[in-house]
Amino acid sequence: MATQHSRSAARLMMAPAVILLLGWMLVPLTMTLFFSFKKYLPMRGDSLENGLEWVGFENYVRFIGSSSFWPSVQATLVIVGGVLAITVILGIFLAILLDQPFWGQGVVRILVIAPFFVMPTVSALVWKNMFMDPVNGILAHLWRFFGAEPVSWLSDASLQSIIMIVSWQWLPFATLILLTAIQSLDSEQLEAAEMDGAPVVQRFFYIVLPHLGRAITIVILIQTIFLLSIFAEIFVTTGGAFGTRTLTYLIFQRVIDSQNIGLGSAGGVYAIILANIVAAFLMRIVGKNLDA
Amino acid sequence: MARSTTTRRKIITTAAAWAVGLLIFFPIYWTILTSFKTEAQAINDPPLFFFFDWTLENYAVVQERSDYMRFLWNSVIISGLSTLLGVMIAVPAAWSMAFVPSRRTKDILLWMLSTKMLPAVGVLYPISLLFVKFGLLDTRTGLVVVLMLINLPIIVWMLYTYFKEIPGEILEAARMDGATLREEIVYILTPMAIPGIASTMLLNFILAWNEAFWTLNLTAAKAAPLTAFIASYSSPEGLFFAKLSAASTMAIAPILILGWFSQKQLVRGLTFGAVK
Amino acid sequence: MSFANALRAATSLALVFGATAQAETITIATVNNGDMIRMQGLTEDFTTKTGHTVEWVTLEENVLRQRVTTDITTKGGQFDIMTIGMYETPIWGKNGWLVPLDDLSAEYDVDDLLPAMRNGLSYDGTLFAAPFYGESSMIMYRTDLMEKAGLEMPEAPTWQFIRQAAAAMTDRANDINGICLRGKAGWGEGGAFITVTANSFGARWFDEEWNAQFDQPEWKEALEFFVGMMSESGPAGYATNGFNENLSLFQQGKCGMWIDATVAASFVTNPNDSSVADKVGFALAPNSEGVEKRSNWLWAWALAIPAGTQKTDAAKQFIEWATSKDYIELVAAKEGWANVPPGARTSLYENPNYMEVPFAKMTLDSILSADPNNPTVKPVPYVGIQFAAIPEFAGIATEVSQEFSAVYAGQQSVDEALAKAQALTNDAMEAAGYR
Repeated sequence: MATQHSRSAARLMMAPAVILLLGWMLVPLTMTLFFSFKKYLPMRGDSLENGLEWVGFENYVRFIGSSSFWPSVQATLVIVGGVLAITVILGIFLAILLDQPFWGQGVVRILVIAPFFVMPTVSALVWKNMFMDPVNGILAHLWRFFGAEPVSWLSDASLQSIIMIVSWQWLPFATLILLTAIQSLDSEQLEAAEMDGAPVVQRFFYIVLPHLGRAITIVILIQTIFLLSIFAEIFVTTGGAFGTRTLTYLIFQRVIDSQNIGLGSAGGVYAIILANIVAAFLMRIVGKNLDA
Repeated sequence: MARSTTTRRKIITTAAAWAVGLLIFFPIYWTILTSFKTEAQAINDPPLFFFFDWTLENYAVVQERSDYMRFLWNSVIISGLSTLLGVMIAVPAAWSMAFVPSRRTKDILLWMLSTKMLPAVGVLYPISLLFVKFGLLDTRTGLVVVLMLINLPIIVWMLYTYFKEIPGEILEAARMDGATLREEIVYILTPMAIPGIASTMLLNFILAWNEAFWTLNLTAAKAAPLTAFIASYSSPEGLFFAKLSAASTMAIAPILILGWFSQKQLVRGLTFGAVK
Repeated sequence: MSFANALRAATSLALVFGATAQAETITIATVNNGDMIRMQGLTEDFTTKTGHTVEWVTLEENVLRQRVTTDITTKGGQFDIMTIGMYETPIWGKNGWLVPLDDLSAEYDVDDLLPAMRNGLSYDGTLFAAPFYGESSMIMYRTDLMEKAGLEMPEAPTWQFIRQAAAAMTDRANDINGICLRGKAGWGEGGAFITVTANSFGARWFDEEWNAQFDQPEWKEALEFFVGMMSESGPAGYATNGFNENLSLFQQGKCGMWIDATVAASFVTNPNDSSVADKVGFALAPNSEGVEKRSNWLWAWALAIPAGTQKTDAAKQFIEWATSKDYIELVAAKEGWANVPPGARTSLYENPNYMEVPFAKMTLDSILSADPNNPTVKPVPYVGIQFAAIPEFAGIATEVSQEFSAVYAGQQSVDEALAKAQALTNDAMEAAGYR
């Protein structure tokens, strides 16, 4: 259907976006790759002007050889996986609930999407101080009210706490996408199944869930992209202590705390590789679904 | 009989939905509430849920220490312009992907998304050095460009999903009638896509507003948006819950209000063409 | 002397300055501590005196460090004045990143700076940052609880006494913990505290060849002592408590003792914020029995000018204003002597008005007894008490303190943490080419 003319026009129209993103990707990436093969310790006087010493793969070996590397990959995957699981499962539940007729639908929907508008830094600060503080936090008050010993959330249940904070921020996103998907579900089909006496559980697994496939895929895809690089939530709450040091955070420590740009850049390259592995994995599942 | 069951069911659903909604909203409610307490009331045991002497003192203190309007204005400008610029670049790209797809369209789309996976901290030095070189540090221009680039993949993708929903036949018909490409986009496509473009812009405005790594690391005084405003109230010495709450409320209120008023648009914006 | 007179004097001063130098706007990065916020509030005084205006970038400590470090290493030139500490100053000074403060005016009286502060903020004999306030650490304790426990705090107690007193003061049923100490990860938080504690048990970070010393018995003894005492008498969740958390606990009357920065004394004795303001006593930081060194540190928040700023003169004027004797007088007149920035100038401690402040003498004694060149009993290759002034320290100590915080939270044993600390420290030192 498309003519030769419209094809070249199309290419022209795509050009600005593609060129900009290519530049945005390639320039920093090239610089990161360049630094990752160099000894670059600015605090010891190394600088671009004076020339940097070539060290081959030393930074790569050292970064992956550090005892913190594999735990950080694990922490990253646990956080991403945990948040995805919680937001998708609760999101489905919420979407079904909000799809039912009830009084005050509009208001409740506003309440549910509100966390999405809160800056990650603000939500981390609020959760850390006003909720999870073991002395003055509201959760501590609640625990004491029931006669229990308050929990030191950010040290004793550090990963779970971070997963919870991040899930709270992303649940609205998941809920909304799933809700719109459910709303488009053919209600006659459901009613027919109900007439046939299919139990709720069966109706859910055979009709609702398959229908949500595409929406779930999109939730997973978009969230993974954002979750792989969460930073503020960890920076504000635990500072990477108690097993919450993700790969992103480890790179931050190498670059900012240790001021070892070469080592941090090597870490950055690993992070890109990890992201691409996760992406490839996702694409394999998602790709088909996206075509539609 | 049937009627009473549905009513009963509706009551139960209402109760459940409201309970969940209030639970999810509670942290925000609590932050806003705490911003009207004194520091001592903020940590009172048991917590004060409504009945206390409301005070505006924290807002006065925060306003006295930092010029809120300047931060707010920077946030508005940076988020607004980066979104606008992003949409201007993304509309043609998304159009061509949706209506003149090639074998590589999907790959390009996925590649664009994958540029978002580069961890920001990993490229802090490269970007900072570039900003120094081009004199972009602490300028709104620099931030507009960076935030536009960060969000561009999402914009392209969202617009692509909307455009795909527009039936191609309409365009074909217009082309038959001799409409040029420009006319096709301006007179036919754009009016049909306006809701989609609006919700895309809304979502990206929110994402830009909440971006807290680059906005903090590439600004000092002149271009600093609300994310930097917050960084001066997190964990100072002494009791700070109430002042932190006031600052937090000030930082999130504009976007919260915008979000609420445009809720319907946003809901559409968040679908990513998931509805089929 | 009326307000109008003062205003007239200030205006004429401004005219004099205004005639010689053009008015500039300088950008200052600072930390959101109480004293700095007060300085921010008094900027007007500086502007009337010099005609220069100030743009403040006030950030939380961790964000500030990240921000100014990136700016200085990439030569970003965003700030005309940066607030930095005793750790950064010698390193940055050595790299030539700071403007030497060797030509301050005669009225400024640079010789009046406390020698410990001046040395700590100099490299190779040149001053690179002017101390805004300085601190050591000391014991702050509740006199009422101490009496109730039937004990008396000596002027210079030992750790063993502190542990015994902490246990005696602890009353968990009434939410009173005998002792509150920093356990939070981070080199400037729990890392600093455990380092000075280890010093007072005779431990050190490195031997003369830069080998990590976590495999030595002194470290094990110190860490075990700390963990033992905190589990007996410390607050729940102390593994995440830093300066702010402990300050708030102490102000709420939930701590019997608190060993921390001397500047905290003015916060805990301020009746507006503290419920125990009139029941606080002070003592020197403890040492372990038989060890010569006490566990008090030395720190200053200081103002420095990054090399490359176009506004060096205006920046120097600001630094002279903010760290001057006049500034101290100004704060004293407005907020009372207890709230002036402490620990920077000798003359402050010769001022009879200030010496009436209950914690003044103990603060001075603590500062005077801190010796950054000899932080512990054995010789060390580094300068610094709660830190080693080498560029790699912040990174290493943050990771080490994370391992220790995991011990405080009961997630690993003392031996495991020390073994990990030993390995990661040696690894990082090797990467940096020390070993």
